[in-house]
Amino acid sequence: MIVIHGLSEALLHVNGEEFPVVLRPGDTLLRVLREQAGVMGPKGGCENGDCGACTVLIEGIPVKSCLVLAVEAIGKKVITVEGLKDTEVQKAYHEMGGFQCGYCTAGFIMNTYALLESHPEADESVKNDWLSSNLCRCTGYEGIQKAVNLAQERIQNNQSIRK
Amino acid sequence: MNEMQQIGKSPLRKEGPDKVRGSIRYANDDHSAHMLHGALKTSPHAYARIIKIDYSEALKQPGVKAVITGEDFNQNLGLYLCDKPPIAREVVRYYGEVVAAVVASTYRQACKARDLIKVEYEVLKPVLSPVEALAEGAPVIHEHMADYSHIPPIHPEPGTNIANRTRIRKGDIEVGFKNATHIIETEVHIPPGDHVAMEPRIAIAEIKSSGDILITSSTQAPFVVKGLMSTFFKIDPGKLVVKAPLVGGGFGGKAGIQLEGLAYILSKKVGGRTVKLVNSREEDLVTSPGHIGLSAKVKMGADAEGKLTAMDLYYAFNSGGYADYAVNVSRAAAISCTGPYRVDNVSCDSLCVYTNLPFATAYRGFGHIEMGFAIESGMELLAKSLNMDPAMFRRINAIKPGDTTPGQSKLNRSTGDLETCLLRVEALLGGNIGEVIKLDEHRVLTKGISGLWKAPAMPTNTDAGAIVTFNADGSVNVHTGVVEIGQGTKTGLTQIAAEMFKLPLDKIHVELEVNTRISPSDWATAASRGLMMAGVALIEACEDAIAQFKQTASEVLRVPPRDLVVADGRVFVEDEPEHGLSMSQIALGYVYPNGNAIRGQVIGVGKYIAKGLTDIDSLTGEGHPDLEWTLGAEGVEIEVDLRTYHYKINKAVCCIDVGKVVNPEMARGQIIGGMAMGIGYTVFEGFKWNTRGQISNDSLRDYKIMRMTEAPKYEVEFLESPQYDGPFGARGLGEQSVIGMPGAIANALSRVAGNTVSQIPITPERLWKKAQEVKR
Repeated sequence: MIVIHGLSEALLHVNGEEFPVVLRPGDTLLRVLREQAGVMGPKGGCENGDCGACTVLIEGIPVKSCLVLAVEAIGKKVITVEGLKDTEVQKAYHEMGGFQCGYCTAGFIMNTYALLESHPEADESVKNDWLSSNLCRCTGYEGIQKAVNLAQERIQNNQSIRK
Repeated sequence: MNEMQQIGKSPLRKEGPDKVRGSIRYANDDHSAHMLHGALKTSPHAYARIIKIDYSEALKQPGVKAVITGEDFNQNLGLYLCDKPPIAREVVRYYGEVVAAVVASTYRQACKARDLIKVEYEVLKPVLSPVEALAEGAPVIHEHMADYSHIPPIHPEPGTNIANRTRIRKGDIEVGFKNATHIIETEVHIPPGDHVAMEPRIAIAEIKSSGDILITSSTQAPFVVKGLMSTFFKIDPGKLVVKAPLVGGGFGGKAGIQLEGLAYILSKKVGGRTVKLVNSREEDLVTSPGHIGLSAKVKMGADAEGKLTAMDLYYAFNSGGYADYAVNVSRAAAISCTGPYRVDNVSCDSLCVYTNLPFATAYRGFGHIEMGFAIESGMELLAKSLNMDPAMFRRINAIKPGDTTPGQSKLNRSTGDLETCLLRVEALLGGNIGEVIKLDEHRVLTKGISGLWKAPAMPTNTDAGAIVTFNADGSVNVHTGVVEIGQGTKTGLTQIAAEMFKLPLDKIHVELEVNTRISPSDWATAASRGLMMAGVALIEACEDAIAQFKQTASEVLRVPPRDLVVADGRVFVEDEPEHGLSMSQIALGYVYPNGNAIRGQVIGVGKYIAKGLTDIDSLTGEGHPDLEWTLGAEGVEIEVDLRTYHYKINKAVCCIDVGKVVNPEMARGQIIGGMAMGIGYTVFEGFKWNTRGQISNDSLRDYKIMRMTEAPKYEVEFLESPQYDGPFGARGLGEQSVIGMPGAIANALSRVAGNTVSQIPITPERLWKKAQEVKR
């Protein structure tokens, strides 16, 4: 168990790199990623867990980084949108109009990526359940739904080819 | 013209790869150690006198550089009417108004110090609706209104709570109602609410030793910020550099001057150091302005054939504590006050009314969503009174080219085809708009339809500019002053330049960030006019550059310029294509084999300014303020559970006449986005407040916007009646689809309730109550 009083040095493992950071116990992962590690992909939209723009993966599980303390991420693998490279999810969001202003996009992409990693066969209701934790104000969600479906289709095809 | 290669196609977004990889940069992604951070102390009261502010403890906190209050800046700011101190002085006029600001080394330090500021108030009884504000003996929220400077088109009434009154008088309504066989009257009410752009507003300010003032902001209107800051702070405009990186959603909420002035005052207080000021979501919802509210009364008459004969309209817009854009929102609603219908006898008084609620700025639709709800509610009742199909009633009254607007401005050939839009929406909904279909014992299916129109409400000299420069490979750099807020204009501009030069899209490089010292002037990325105006300017800039390419080639090739064409990266003789030069040989000056060079680089320049616009008459509204009109129709299909009155919008449809569609997929995205916002506005949103005027849903936990599970199926069709003075025949389309949703949804639900639903948001509870009223 990690016990931290006042400021402490720590290493965060983000996108395969080690980032030395100085933490207060109350610092959120979102603020530390952006302000100390310079990882700007996760966005602050509400810092209250309502919008999902700050979604990152910790050990593969999507979490809202505004609701996670940075100290909780010590020793764990954090992946942000910068850690994904040309995934089917990213390509599909670009091709299908899965965003307009792009501010919510990193959060949606991380959540979609985790969804399709863990539930490649997800049906509409599972997809809706997962993605209703993120807010988008521009698209009316049509482009996002199309992007998720396309990414899912391609991932399934890729897997069947591999088999 | 040859068949177009780029216009009407749907290439992907220019900035898309950066947006999906997290490498795009918004204003708040500029973060470095030299920055100081601001935090705001806001009022917990809607209306109160400030007795005393004690910030002595705050100043002692580690990292704190300065604290400022209203006393530090004894001047008002305002877009059209100078009514707002950047920090409240003496009085707070809404819940969430800024009363003090702290600058510290870190945001956390600033917040901690902010929490130690003690403010003593004398709480006053707030005015919470336009009806209360207009009542005899109501407190006057702005006692010194007579001293406020304002632009001429705004008509404040000092001594009252009316910040602006716009009058429309057309024909004679007495005659009109005399000729009517059917007359209806109704009211609608809409609360103020918020844009909820996903990016909270932010500004960074720095004052250089040279006197240059650098502002980076999440703004849709860098040139408005530059102009207003220059005026109010008496700064030479050339010294102001406003940078607008990509914006995370605007919807009108970032179209005025927001945090920029305050960030500048804070920077000045700390010797010009860089100060970053970012709204928390809570501040973004209530402290910064949101959308306007409305209480409206409409009276309409029609003859036995169903032709409208008169409308008598009274719009009391709820502006909240300050006027901002709201005084022009109420004016814009007056200019289009009848909705897209031909009415020969019209009277309208459109008022912008102060209350003690959060204040209003521009919002997608700019007064038309509110006005549209009032008109479509009336149209529905009138159709019912005439026993006429609601779609047909709208169709036979649809406004057409040659008809006049409420302000007696004649609609020209570029006006769209509303009748066909209405027919298509009816067809997309399967016809029979007036029927309620029983699905089973508890559930019914209902439909609603509405017409919509909008003209931009903007200065008569609204402008845009474009500059094209070239690279050594002959590829093109495009500079305009349009901000990319998600609407996709930069991609549209790429298509236009590619079309003009007959080049592939990857040879066109559009600068995405606007910088007011480098970019050509552009009024604002608002009013759905970006692509139309900057597009025309860009076409002119491309033509200018093409003429220069031909001139140089003409000298080298010894042929007249008129025989030359520019296409596929070459300048060549039209009927001898092998006789020519590449654009790359000319772009930066042609060099002869012996080393002699001629003409220098090609720089194309283009500009646009709105033509022939006037203000409107203060007594009748007569004038020509309307540059162009986009018309359309919308509809919904809703499933209602009669046990709980919970409902689900299954389908939302829109047919809209936007002129030439430059990028169909992105245009569809804009239309759907607007429909979704309109649905949220009608179904979930709006501020809630207690009797003290304190907002109870000032977080996204409580201020509900649409989530994915609530999204309907969307169907969108375009008509392409050309805009003769638009780029390739295009006109504005960014806002319009928000407008028809409240009317379509409310009318569909009214049919189920058997009673008129006239208040937004239409919660299941409110709908159930409406149904109970008539059951009793």
